[in-house]
Formats: sequence, structure tokens, C-alpha cells
Amino acid sequence: MRGADDAAPVGEEEQMTLLEARKGSRVRILEIPDDRARAQCIRFGIGEGTVVDWAEPLRVGPVLVRQANQEICLGRNLAARILVEEAAPYGGCGLDVRGRGA
Amino acid sequence: MRATDHARPVSPAVSASAACHGHISVQAPDGARRVVLVGNPNVGKSLFFNAFTGLYVDVSNFPGTTVAISSGRMGDDVMLDTPGIYGVSSFNDEEIVARDIVIDADVVLNVVDAVHLERDLFLTLQLIDMGLPLVVALNMVDEAETRGMRVDAAELARLLGVPVVPTVATRRRGFTEAQAALAEARVGLSDPVLQDRLVSLLDRVGTRGEALLVLEGDPFIAERHGIEPFGLRDEIYLDRRQRVNAVVSRVVERSGGGLDLRTRLGHALLRPLTGIPVLAAVLFIMYEFIGVFVAQTVVGFTEGTIMQGYVEPLIRQAVSAVVGSTGVLYQLLAGDFGVLTLSTTYIFGLLLPLVIGFYLMMSLLEDSGYLPRIAALTDRMMTAVGLNGRAIIPMILGFGCITMATITTRILGNERERKIATALMAFTIPCSAQLGVITGLLAGAGGFSLTVAYGAIMVVIFGLLGVLMARFVPGESTDLLIDLPPLRVPHPMNVLTKTYRKTIMFLREVGLYFVVGSLLLGVLQVTGALVAAQTWLAPLTEKWLLLPRQTSTAFIMGFVRRDFGAAGLYSLGLSGTDVLVALVTITLFVPCIASVLVITKERGKSFAAFVWVGSVVLAFLFGGILAHVAGWLA
Repeated sequence: MRGADDAAPVGEEEQMTLLEARKGSRVRILEIPDDRARAQCIRFGIGEGTVVDWAEPLRVGPVLVRQANQEICLGRNLAARILVEEAAPYGGCGLDVRGRGA
Repeated sequence: MRATDHARPVSPAVSASAACHGHISVQAPDGARRVVLVGNPNVGKSLFFNAFTGLYVDVSNFPGTTVAISSGRMGDDVMLDTPGIYGVSSFNDEEIVARDIVIDADVVLNVVDAVHLERDLFLTLQLIDMGLPLVVALNMVDEAETRGMRVDAAELARLLGVPVVPTVATRRRGFTEAQAALAEARVGLSDPVLQDRLVSLLDRVGTRGEALLVLEGDPFIAERHGIEPFGLRDEIYLDRRQRVNAVVSRVVERSGGGLDLRTRLGHALLRPLTGIPVLAAVLFIMYEFIGVFVAQTVVGFTEGTIMQGYVEPLIRQAVSAVVGSTGVLYQLLAGDFGVLTLSTTYIFGLLLPLVIGFYLMMSLLEDSGYLPRIAALTDRMMTAVGLNGRAIIPMILGFGCITMATITTRILGNERERKIATALMAFTIPCSAQLGVITGLLAGAGGFSLTVAYGAIMVVIFGLLGVLMARFVPGESTDLLIDLPPLRVPHPMNVLTKTYRKTIMFLREVGLYFVVGSLLLGVLQVTGALVAAQTWLAPLTEKWLLLPRQTSTAFIMGFVRRDFGAAGLYSLGLSGTDVLVALVTITLFVPCIASVLVITKERGKSFAAFVWVGSVVLAFLFGGILAHVAGWLA
């Protein structure tokens, strides 16, 4: 059994899947393993390295991702394969070099 | 079929069968330029097309595929509309069709949505990389302004190297300028490194456009030229993405931040707590409009008053004048299942109003941006039955006409999903013709509680069959990956044009099947096979379903039209649970002949046979179980 004490050490970027993202959080997309989904996401403006403005795993539904004015929905199974990490919120001190318009 | 312009299939898999046709081009007269409209879904492309080409437009299936293409004259030139796409390649039927039309274009008019330049310019840059003479219509500049965005069109033109015309298509602003700019169309500024690579391929591949697609790994274009596709898609796409972002950062100025009201409303529609009540309300309005107004009032007039009152007697008169009013030929042409009488009434009196009603509703849902949100809302549920949220679209249409819905399964990601959806609809979803009679019977026999029981039983059977098929139909279902367009007030003219075009396409595609269907039935009746089948079924009806012997007539009539089947029950005066048993059985029972024919055309003979035999087995299996359970309970 893993307890709360076993969480990732402080200071290290924590990887998770898109399905585990907090509602309304900004996350950086790290890896989209599926070829076709990756190509389609790049067309939508969301590639590996992109920081999305708003991620929301919908209750009993897919994951909503918003980037600039573009919104897409990804099925849960797909979202569970996409790796992300939490990015600093707007106005935070995090270096956001690969955000939109970069 | 363009039932879902905005919720384009973006699934990771593509049907191979749809993609392996040869290179085909739409004909243009000598000397005419082929002006091709290209753009992402829901950017207002069709408004340009309608304004530039006027009324005389040809809508046809692109040869070898199932995608409708509109073409029309624009002065001396020919304008071709293409399905909305996010990029040129062969991920799905729409892209394949657009790809083949784009490759042959003399001029491309690329409509982009000023609000979503990050997304739309990807396609623009790809068209530029393909070396196509291009004009960009920067559409919805008004909406961009209200969202606090300023887009610098002149700077965009400079960076892209092609004319850019700001437009507001809904108010026809900028149309004259856009049309004039077509004379100035230019090959834009591409990436020099990429162009060097393309040039090195030109001796093996005809055009820069095809060379680019081969580099991006398009297997079909590569095969056409007998070479291996390159695996450079990721690299080229990422590079293009960065170029798009660089352009956007220089031409778009944003003020304000956070989520505006429209966006918040859009999100509320996706969250179950708020989204489900809204969906229920929308479905209720649809039911009131289609199920009550169109199916009862309008059809009552078109089928009863016009067709049966005036047209059919005229046809009978004419036929009897030629072949006499007795004999086999009269029966086949103008008898109960006469090719001229039954199919004419069926197609024009019943189907036409219903199909118009459904396509009108779907076009409204589509243009308002709500349809993809329904797909998202129902995605989880659909996943349980081996589908994804996009399958909700044919399912809704199925309540109109299974035949129409079966054609719409083309939008689904792969053959496995199309099979599951087709079978689920054919088995469990009553079409509007049948639904009218079913609700009438339920109301007469037991009212509310019986209706709830019927609905609940059908939902359980739907789930059960869906889960089983998800388990046993080979292959893997695709994941939902859709673009959510902003919520917009639909443009009335656009909705009407779309409804008109889809209805024409539908009649053209399936009209013949309804004629063939009634001919088959006529033959069955004339040869006495229909009566023989009734006698043959009778013991099953009495002993297993515990229903009166005559009920079998209703089942046999179900072969013809599913509502004939249900209507046959009216005259039997059945009571509470008997009605329930009969209705569940008849809903599950075989789909109408026209839809069986379309299932055969779309999914093949053996699958159609599976659905047909399966529906008979399931109908009697579930009907019998229900009859016996009800018997024990009582």
C-alpha cells in the first residue's frame, strides 16, 4: 500500500497523465504516444511541449483542453496515455518558454 | 455525407477500404480554372460557395467514396467545395477527397477563422508548402474583434506571401474583394529547407503537392507513384507548427484574459450536472418538432391527404388503363406493395418530410456548435458499447430513419465502430415511422407506466447487446478527439441550404432501395410467400410469446415497413403486458427492406445477413423471456 508519504519528492517536476490533471490547471504536454492523435493535436495547435491554458477531465466524460481560443475533447483512454506535467499558472514565476506564440 | 462538418472524424484509425480508390478528378470544362474552396470545418466555407456560385450547384458523391462534393460555375471558372479538414492527408474519407481535389486545383481559396488562427493556419501553411496558388479569406473578423482580438491582415499577407482578404461571410462583407483577389492568387512563402527536399523528389512525383504528401508519409500518394512513403510527418508537422505560432504571435494582438461568457456556457454544456438537463431539453424539443409536428401533422397531410388521397388513385387509374386492374402485373405495380404506389407514398409522403425535419434539426445543432458537445457528453456512455461519442449522431438520426442513420455511420472512426453502430440501430432503435405507432399503442394500452417499462427494457437490451458486441466484434475502437467550435447562432440560409443538399443526397442514394424493397415484397405477396410465412410463424407467436395467433401477421408486415408491423397490432386489441411483449418483439424484429439493402451496400452481404437473422432471433428471444417473466409475475 502506498501512503501519502510516498509522493514524489518536493522540487521535482511531477509527471502524470492528462486524465489526472487538476480541473482548470495549466499543463505542459510531454508525450502523445499515438501517431495519429499526435498529428491531429499538432494541427489543433497542441503539440508535445505545448502548455495548455486549461485542462479539465470532465466528470463521466472526456478531457477538455483549451489552448488560446482552441478547445478540444480527448477520450479518457487517449488522455490516460498522454503524459503531462503541471505548469506554473499565469503570472507565476515559472519559465514558460514553450507556451503559445513561442 | 456531411452530417457532421464540425465533428470531423479525428480518430486514430482510418478505414482502408474507403481510402484505396485511384486518383480521380472532378471534371471542369476546357479553359476553365478550377477554384477550390478549402478550410477547417465550421469556418463559413459554404457561405462563400453559395454566394459565389448561386443556385445552380451540382452536389455529387466524389467517385469511389461516400463524401458529397458541391461544384458550381463562377463566371468562366468552376468552383469546388471540399469537406472541412484540419490538414491534407488521408486520415479519413473527407481528407482523402479534399486531398485529391486540392492537388488538381488551379487556385485555392482558403477560408480561415480569425478567432482560431493557431488551428487554421496549419492548413494554410500546408497548402503553401504544397506550392498551390492561394488566396486567404480571413473570415469572422467581427467575432475576433468582439473577443478583444486584433488581427493584422496586411502583416499576415506579408508573412504568408499571398493575398489576405478580411471577410464577414454571414454579412457577405468582403466577398467582392475576395473574388477579385483570386486573380492575384500566389504561391506563398514556404520553408526553404522543406522546398529543397521537395524539389529533389519532383522527378519521381508529379507535383510539389504530391511530393510534400509523400514526405509526410501519405501511403496512398506514395503508392500512386510507386515509391515508399517517407516517415517525416512528425518533423514536418512540428516545424510547421512553430512557423504557425511565429506568424500568429506577429499578427494577433489579444487584450483581456480569462474565460468569456460564451466559453463558460460551452463548458457548462460539457459538464454532466448542467449538460444533461440541457441535452434532455434539446431532445424534448426535437421530439416535439419531429415526432409530433412532422411525424403526425405534416406526414398525416403528405401521406394521407396528398399521396393516398390524390396521387395513389391517379397511379392506380393510370396503371389499370394500361395493364388492366387484375393480374400479377397490376399487383406488382399498383397493388398493396405496388412499386409505383407504395414506394412513391413511402418516399414522398412519409420519408421526405421526416428526413427534411431531421436534417434541419441536425444542421441547426451542427451550425450552433452544439453537436460536438453532445458527442463529448455522451462519450463515456458510448465507450461502454465499443463506440465513442461521435456515434451519438447516427443514433439520433436512427430515431428518424434507420436507413438514413446507417449511411451516417460513415463518419465513425473505423469498420468495427460502423458495424457495432449499424447493428445496434437495426436491432434496438425504432425509426420514427414505427415510433409513432408504438407511442400510440402504449398510450392506448397502459399509458405512462407501460411507456417507462418499454423504454427501460429497450435501454437494457441496447446496453446488453452493445457490451456484447464491444467484446466480440474484432478490432479496436478509436478514441474521441474532436475540436469544439465556439457556440454560435446558426445562419438561417446556411441551415436551409445544408438541409436541402443533404435531403437531395439522401433521396438520390437510397430512393432506389425503397423501390427495390417494395418490388421484393410485391413478389413475395404475389407468390404467396407472405401468407406462408405468417402460418409458419404462428406457433412461435402463440406458444412462446403467448400472444394471439394473428400477431404473426404484424411481424410479417414488419418486413415491409416497420410501422406496418406495429400498426398491425392496433387491430388486435391487446392488453397491458401483451402490448409490452409485442412491442419489444417488433422493435427488435428485422429492419425494413430498404435499410437491409443499405446495410448490405455499406457493410456487405454477410453482415446484413447477420443483422437480419440476428434480429429475428433476438426479437423472439427477448420477447419470449419477457412474456414468461411477465406471466410469472402476474
